[in-house]
Amino acid sequence: MTPLLAIFRREIAAYGATPMGAALITVFLIANASCAFYLGRLLESDDASLAISFAFHPWLYLFLMPALAMRLFAEERERGTFELLMTLPLRLSHIVLAKFLAAWAMAALALLLTTPLWATVAYLGDPDHGVIAAGYAASFLLAGAYLSISLAVSVLTKSQTVAFIGAVLLCFLFSIGGEEAARSALAALFGDKVSQIAATMSFTIHFDAIAKGFLDLSDILFFLSHIAFWLIAATRLADLVRQTS
Amino acid sequence: MIDAAQLTKSFGSHRAVRNLNLRADKGDVIGLLGPNGAGKTTTMRMMSGYLTPSAGRVSLCGCDMAKAPREAQRHLGYLPEGNPVYGEMTPFSFLRFVAAARDLSRRRQPKAIARALHLTSLEEVAHQRVDTLSKGYRRRVGLAQALLHDPPVLILDEPTDGLDPNQKRRIRSLVRELASEKTILISTHILEEVLENCARILVMGGGRVLADGTAAALMARSAYHQAVSLRIAFGDEERARAALGKLEGVARHETRRRGDSLLLTLFPREGAEPFALARKAREAASADKIPIAALQIEEGRLDDLFHELTKAKEKAR
Repeated sequence: MTPLLAIFRREIAAYGATPMGAALITVFLIANASCAFYLGRLLESDDASLAISFAFHPWLYLFLMPALAMRLFAEERERGTFELLMTLPLRLSHIVLAKFLAAWAMAALALLLTTPLWATVAYLGDPDHGVIAAGYAASFLLAGAYLSISLAVSVLTKSQTVAFIGAVLLCFLFSIGGEEAARSALAALFGDKVSQIAATMSFTIHFDAIAKGFLDLSDILFFLSHIAFWLIAATRLADLVRQTS
Repeated sequence: MIDAAQLTKSFGSHRAVRNLNLRADKGDVIGLLGPNGAGKTTTMRMMSGYLTPSAGRVSLCGCDMAKAPREAQRHLGYLPEGNPVYGEMTPFSFLRFVAAARDLSRRRQPKAIARALHLTSLEEVAHQRVDTLSKGYRRRVGLAQALLHDPPVLILDEPTDGLDPNQKRRIRSLVRELASEKTILISTHILEEVLENCARILVMGGGRVLADGTAAALMARSAYHQAVSLRIAFGDEERARAALGKLEGVARHETRRRGDSLLLTLFPREGAEPFALARKAREAASADKIPIAALQIEEGRLDDLFHELTKAKEKAR
């Protein structure tokens, strides 16, 4: 457990060592508040819930999570520390897991810092706290899924910029399928079946379900299995990169 | 301590290392010499467990790298090529991270870190960010992590690369200090480093071991082995060549500029006795009134052998 914890701590410290980590969280908090109050008109909505705020999370995370994860392996490869890490007596899967958990912890911190919004709606109205808690759980799981994809992409390149762009594109593909416009376009182009499959695979559909307070095990498993799949993929890819570099 | 058998690595159709065999025990310091692309780094990467060999096997202290990689890596201190350290950390926090990643007990960590900092003379900058340190200091941070857990096997890829002469001397002296207790494999381009530190030398080229032996044995294979060299003034070159180049027992001769004088080297014919040739050369020079600043019988030159071996390999490619 100690080696895993050592890597987790080093990653957390690395977020704190440069202004990048703090800047990303600050930008997210400003964007989240702006979306909720200005685009979503939270105060004028007469709805004592955070549904409006959570509705923006898939799109905000589309940039925040790849930005948090882009350095995880790309930076190691660019610096050459990838080789050092791979020759320490550590399991590759533990390295991947520790890095993922550190990024997820940063995402959790960002999410935690949005709780003043919860306090605001609780002060102004009488919200269903269970639904809001479910919204936070959904948001946390969504962040994990995006991060796991971004981490796997980060393994493939030495450039953090390429890792960021690649992860944004891949996360977008896994999100857009649930949108009405995309579903109609897919149905028109490839038929209803493809449209349904894309919607079923979409993060936003499962996110919305949990965020509305319906804690269906299949939705939770959907995110957890995505995370597991991408972490295994990242481990295999890291091994492949090591053998070919 | 290091046992590599038929070690081979291919990248696609390119075979970077072919059938390398190496056995080294405690107290052995082995120098890996070779031009760029010879396969030195690939060899070290296979021995460190970073790369999986395409064929063959390697074990460290009896632990097979393929079957028990983490157990084998616990016995290894590895300094990779380049300077892979985390710039945002301090040498102290970096070593603490490596200690925890190596699962050293909390009780052992402070002593191990203090020892590694001391061995590499990093105490002064232990709490300074690595990215603010000079290249030499950063190299020493890399070396400190390799020494941290006092491993029985050290694999160092160009440990003195980028260091100034004083720092190089310090690292060489450190390697000598550690040599009796460890098995050390060093790759380098610097011949004097190999001669100073390594009891055994492997010359690599085109992924193969071209020569393997002690420095003396390898130098004996050089064309300069037992050649007679005389240091003379520039103005005496023509007279010296005429008088000494045709001496009985001289197969051929050459002159090379050495600072403000010339070095005339006489290569003895097969079977010619070098001491007798040296005496004849001194007498002939004296008869022709050619002043000799120095006269010596050469042990051989490693740089010459290196050049001959690797040039032949490059031609073959």
